[in-house]
Amino acid sequence: MGMKLDQTLPQPLLDVRGVTLQYKTRDHLVTATYRVDFSVQRSDRFVLLGPSGCGKSTLLKAVGGYMAPVEGEIHLKGAKITRPGPDRMMVFQEFDQLLPWKTVRQNVMFALETSGKLRGKAADEKAMQYIDKVHLTRFADAYPHTLSGGMKQRVAIARGMAMEPDILLMDEPFAALDALTRQRMQDELLQLWDETKFTVLFVTHSIAEAVKIGNRILLLSPHPGQVKAEMNSVPRDGDPAQAAALEARIHDMLFADKVEEDEHV
Amino acid sequence: MSDAALRPEIVRELSGSEEFGVVQKELTVFEQLFNQVWLRKCVILVLIAIVWEAYGRHLDNPLLVPTFSDTVTALWGGLKSGVLIDRAHTSVNVLLIGFSVGVFLAAVLTILAITTQIGTDFLETVTAMFSPLPAIALLPLALIWFGLGIGSLVFVMVHSVLWPLALNTHAGFRAVSPTLRMVGRNYGLGGLGLVLKILIPAAFPSILAGLKIGWAFAWRTLIAAELVFGVASGKGGLGWYIFESKNQLDIPEVFAGLLTIIVIGLLVENVIFRTIENKTVRRWGMQH
Repeated sequence: MGMKLDQTLPQPLLDVRGVTLQYKTRDHLVTATYRVDFSVQRSDRFVLLGPSGCGKSTLLKAVGGYMAPVEGEIHLKGAKITRPGPDRMMVFQEFDQLLPWKTVRQNVMFALETSGKLRGKAADEKAMQYIDKVHLTRFADAYPHTLSGGMKQRVAIARGMAMEPDILLMDEPFAALDALTRQRMQDELLQLWDETKFTVLFVTHSIAEAVKIGNRILLLSPHPGQVKAEMNSVPRDGDPAQAAALEARIHDMLFADKVEEDEHV
Repeated sequence: MSDAALRPEIVRELSGSEEFGVVQKELTVFEQLFNQVWLRKCVILVLIAIVWEAYGRHLDNPLLVPTFSDTVTALWGGLKSGVLIDRAHTSVNVLLIGFSVGVFLAAVLTILAITTQIGTDFLETVTAMFSPLPAIALLPLALIWFGLGIGSLVFVMVHSVLWPLALNTHAGFRAVSPTLRMVGRNYGLGGLGLVLKILIPAAFPSILAGLKIGWAFAWRTLIAAELVFGVASGKGGLGWYIFESKNQLDIPEVFAGLLTIIVIGLLVENVIFRTIENKTVRRWGMQH
């Protein structure tokens, strides 16, 4: 791993060093990732990419503070991560991540108020500002069960962004959406990034999504997850052929030595 | 596979509305009325009352089956003199005390159960032991421990509310999705905060179901318990009213007491619980 060039960069926002993660199922101890290193700079759109079983979601949960590494450390702004906290807001894949007993507006406000970030009117204004950003102002007082899947994910993104966390952690947020909606959501996410330049750590198993969303892509190999490569994505307004070439290259790297594993990616 | 014949394409003209007549038309008044559930149920109630009245007159023996009109007169008399209201008040009062204590104990038990493993084991063991036990079966024991009076009633009341409510609430907590728990912890919630702000509302459909079952058990148990030892208690409830009226052969009053029990039961189930449901779980789309 000849990555010593990074030494010249400023102190990273998120620093993952030699992280090995294990979890127990009913009758197995599973090693999800083995000695993973990477670091995320401010305003990165950093993508964790790999096939099922490469531990990318587990890695995101560890950054979220939901599980502790058995080896290695994770630091956010120099402080070791030990528990979940509102400085790392999660956006999940599941549509049930919104609290069904609260309206769209209350869902966003609840995050702000519970974490002690803002209260009352200030929380309401902040919530509405971000609900507006994801174009859901008309649905601010609707309950989640009346929204479509794409709209629910937009609320979750608004909720995450309204907290103005140090880093937004997104766990395959568009994977359960239909293809057209997914594309629109990707475009909207990039627009939001243009507006606020938030830092995001984005997990996906889709190579195309990684190339489109990310500016930096970490490739993980499966069983257990190990870093295979860390690469720069192509410029967003660049030649589509460039993106296609990168996608092909990533595809070859991921599947060159794993032909027998026929995952549907 | 390749021998599928080339088939012609089909493009059709759609028929105009004049050909098939109705697109959308209001139903007749009768059809609309028939679609009202409450109206259909009212008609059934009226029919029952008519059959009852007819049978009562035919039998002509108020000691066995008083007529509907006699029962209504007795009911009205009981309401006007305040006796029936007083008795109902006593019953509901005891019920509320027992119910509140039961709810509190169920809350303590289930919170222990979701925070500790040993609490879970304890809850599962005691609910398995006690929930099949009818509350009335405990009454003799309650009489020895707490004597005649409110204490015994509250004891059996708590027994009938506690187990179904604890069982349902615990099941509800366990069914809360891991994602929602993680969302709560993401905001920095943990321990009691997570229970109060995430788990209880998320498990509310199950909790409400538990409350409804608990209420139904408690109400039936209470009336039965009052019938068993109402004679000796100082201030009787509805069960005692029925018992007393039967002893004096005031059979219309017995029926009036039964009607009151039915009406209170219906009110709580169809008005109070229905309203709570409509304002919470139905509105949130957690129950349909």
